[in-house]
Amino acid sequence: MRGLNAARGRMDTFIQQTLNGLVLGSMYSLIALGYTMVYGILNLINFAHGDVLTVGALTALSTILFLQAAFPDMPGWLVMLTGLLAAIPVCVVLSLVIERVAYRPLRNAPRLAPLITAIGVSIVIQTVAMLVWGRSYMTFPQLIPDAPVTYGEATITLTKLMVIGLSAAVMIGLMLLVNRTRLGRAMRATAENPRVAGLMGVNPNFVIAMTFAIGASLAALAGVMLAATYGVAHFYMGFLPGLKAFTAAVLGGIGNIPGAMLGGLLLGLIEALGAGYIGQLTGGVLGSHYQDIFAFLILVLVLIFRPSGLLGERVADRA
Amino acid sequence: MADVILRVAGVNKRFGGLQALSDVGLEIERGQIYGLIGPNGAGKTTFFNVITGLYAPDSGTFELAGKPYSPTYVHKVAEAGIARTFQNIRLFPDMTALENVMVGRHVRTRATALGAILKTRATIREEQGIKKRSLELLEYVGIRKYADYQARTLAYGDQRRLEIARALATEPKLLALDEPAAGMNATEKMALRGLLENVSHDGITILLIEHDVKLVMGLCDRVTVLDYGKMIAVGTPGDVQRNAAVIEAYLGGAHTNVAAKGEPA
Amino acid sequence: MSDFFPRLRNSRTAVWAATALVAAVLVLLPFVFGQMGNAWVRALAFALLYIMLALGLNIVVGFAGLLDLGYIAFYAVGAYMYALLASPHLTANFPWIAQTFPDGLHNSIWLVIPLGAGLAAAFGILLGAPVLKLRGDYLAIVTLGFGEIIRIFLNNLNAPLNITNGPQGITLIDPISFGAFSLAKTQSILGIELPSVHLYYYFFLILAIVTIVICIRLQDSRLGRAWMAIREDELAAKAMGINVRNVKLLAFSLGATFGGVAGAMFSAFQGFVSPESFTLNESIIVLAMIVLGGLGHIPGVVLGAILLAIFPELLRHTVGPVQNFLFGHVIVEAEVLRMMLYGLAMVLIMLYRPKGLWPAPEHGINPSNRRVAGKAQAG
Repeated sequence: MRGLNAARGRMDTFIQQTLNGLVLGSMYSLIALGYTMVYGILNLINFAHGDVLTVGALTALSTILFLQAAFPDMPGWLVMLTGLLAAIPVCVVLSLVIERVAYRPLRNAPRLAPLITAIGVSIVIQTVAMLVWGRSYMTFPQLIPDAPVTYGEATITLTKLMVIGLSAAVMIGLMLLVNRTRLGRAMRATAENPRVAGLMGVNPNFVIAMTFAIGASLAALAGVMLAATYGVAHFYMGFLPGLKAFTAAVLGGIGNIPGAMLGGLLLGLIEALGAGYIGQLTGGVLGSHYQDIFAFLILVLVLIFRPSGLLGERVADRA
Repeated sequence: MADVILRVAGVNKRFGGLQALSDVGLEIERGQIYGLIGPNGAGKTTFFNVITGLYAPDSGTFELAGKPYSPTYVHKVAEAGIARTFQNIRLFPDMTALENVMVGRHVRTRATALGAILKTRATIREEQGIKKRSLELLEYVGIRKYADYQARTLAYGDQRRLEIARALATEPKLLALDEPAAGMNATEKMALRGLLENVSHDGITILLIEHDVKLVMGLCDRVTVLDYGKMIAVGTPGDVQRNAAVIEAYLGGAHTNVAAKGEPA
Repeated sequence: MSDFFPRLRNSRTAVWAATALVAAVLVLLPFVFGQMGNAWVRALAFALLYIMLALGLNIVVGFAGLLDLGYIAFYAVGAYMYALLASPHLTANFPWIAQTFPDGLHNSIWLVIPLGAGLAAAFGILLGAPVLKLRGDYLAIVTLGFGEIIRIFLNNLNAPLNITNGPQGITLIDPISFGAFSLAKTQSILGIELPSVHLYYYFFLILAIVTIVICIRLQDSRLGRAWMAIREDELAAKAMGINVRNVKLLAFSLGATFGGVAGAMFSAFQGFVSPESFTLNESIIVLAMIVLGGLGHIPGVVLGAILLAIFPELLRHTVGPVQNFLFGHVIVEAEVLRMMLYGLAMVLIMLYRPKGLWPAPEHGINPSNRRVAGKAQAG
């Protein structure tokens, strides 16, 4: 009898962690898309992407707190939506400013230069966020009614379901945009060969700006999701997810859009399942607070053994 | 049986849908100047890149001075004794001409980090030797006066000479030159020819890719002609020049369907 | 000296005079700053440690062209190694060690420096070997990952075996001593009373000078040329027979060595280490130092290290009072301002002065410049 319950318990853990993994993975995918699109077009790792996410989440938070104070009767979902709609333009503008001021002048500089600039920009954004929003962890209010849905011992909340659903919808939308619209064609062409695309009448600066804008919107969405899922927001919140999402992008194949989606989901699953089972796997030596290491280990391993990622790197060029 | 410096046979290389090299090989004897010619896109530089380790061949056997070698690592090929220059000149642009040649001495010298840090007598002696030899090589190719000039400020012809000096610094058994006369005028080509004849007289075997037919005819002892990745002729320049397949490859026929004036297509 | 200031080369007396002047300044500095309080002398000592770190990273990034964003990991390795070998931590947590070393674990400096160097070099080879073939930005991210992994381990290796004592860190670390001569006590040299912090300053000054000399010798050597060749054109370097992988690995582990030694010194000086001192921010600060000062140029790197190490001290002493005076309270803390300015500096330098504040003079003669620039490396 005990064996059967234990088996059911193990299955529930598995399902629970898989669900958690999908939630986490969806968010990683959204962020990873931003990295991969920018890298595909500019061959640049946008180090500041994680911080754009932070600004998105914090802007949404401020908006939500303001609305809650000014309009206490407003329904939760509307407050959340407004918060999100406020965050997106802020992130887009921020992202465009960064591109214009810090990256564009260095388009022809040796690779080291934009990377260092990106790091610098990231630090500046973090410190400004620290000044505007303070250093402490802020609570992100529970706006979506969170009646848990249960399957056995595994539970999932409405928020998490919405994360998965919304992410899927957005990603489908992005695929349609990239594959079926004029802009998407222009983006793909510029990613392959900017000069020739220019000769065909595509304005590379415009395409690049749109790429950053789309990436920033996704980051804003992911930021709000992260804050809503974990209930907390602070000035440094984008660092780790940003880094992990970059790992996801590399895992899927940097520059490859479906790759970023796949990589994100995979990374989320690996992290969640790993965190759930690491205690058993290592005989108790390593606990679940090592879960951050998974992403880094995957990053290192992928880059060493299969740098082109799962679905192949768009740019094939080695050191 | 003359002394064969380089013996390569059965080289195949495919890039995706393109068979760049089909069963290519050659034999170069010590002291020869060997030419590799053919129309653009024939696979000459690809072959160069295979024997020097830049590309991995699909098949082929490689022997340098009687010893088999595997062209997997570029630096090991240089260590074994093949030094090359590049079609597009790959100098170290921000280093001086002298420093460029001194880098060429790296592979034949041994000073370690520890020796450098401790400034041992052996290290100092080796450095002096490196500098002396490098200056000699600059003198040999005729650009001694530019020793302290930044490499990228040198005139085009001088840059080519510098690349040759740098390659010679590695004490190669085989000097492989990829279109050394490209972009040169007639005077410069004459000077280059003189230099290469000197190099050959001083005992170094040369393999060169060249487009300038006159230069090749005057300079090379033997020639292999490639077209579409296949060898279509091997022999002395005179033989090859009269070879019908070679003439067709260079002048047209199978390549184009443009009819001569007045003739049907 | 004449490497730094080519015009001085023409007069031997000028060189000697300049060197003597600089030496005098360096020796007297702690006394001057000491007037304002020991905190300033401590800052000078830390600046010297940063100089060592910056020079070490300069070998990796500046000489060999490898972007390492996890450099602080080697600092951490050296620091924790010393901490474990020269503090009560291991004897307190592992009875068998306490039994083997009944007097506690203390270690002579002559053992510690080579050991720290060796351990850091080993880590350098371990971390570097698999990743040095990667392209620039990938290498940067991977090394960042390594740095974070090491920090996470340092933070969490307190269970099941308490090796690093987790976030609390290791305390009661022995100060540096040469036999009975301990740097933690005020000592009398040549009749002058020197407090501990002054002693550390002079010791670190000697180490920094040794580091500078080593770097200069490496730069002007066969190895230094190989590094430069790889930076300029890796393929051509390979074609000339340079084993690029090994040469890069050598740069990586030499850089790591400096980091490790500096880390051990830091550990002894501070008496206490915790994972908080080894964050990504620290790696970035060291990178900012060499980028700001002049990547690949030894005097520039030293300048960058000094500026960015002393600057926070200046900020701390001025920002608070100035804001209080102007606004009545502190709006922007010194710490925050410091990081923001670092970030801004990195962006502005890359945009407007990418070679740094004190870049290397051009190598060799450039006829379009109408002047003989710099000294040819081999000349």
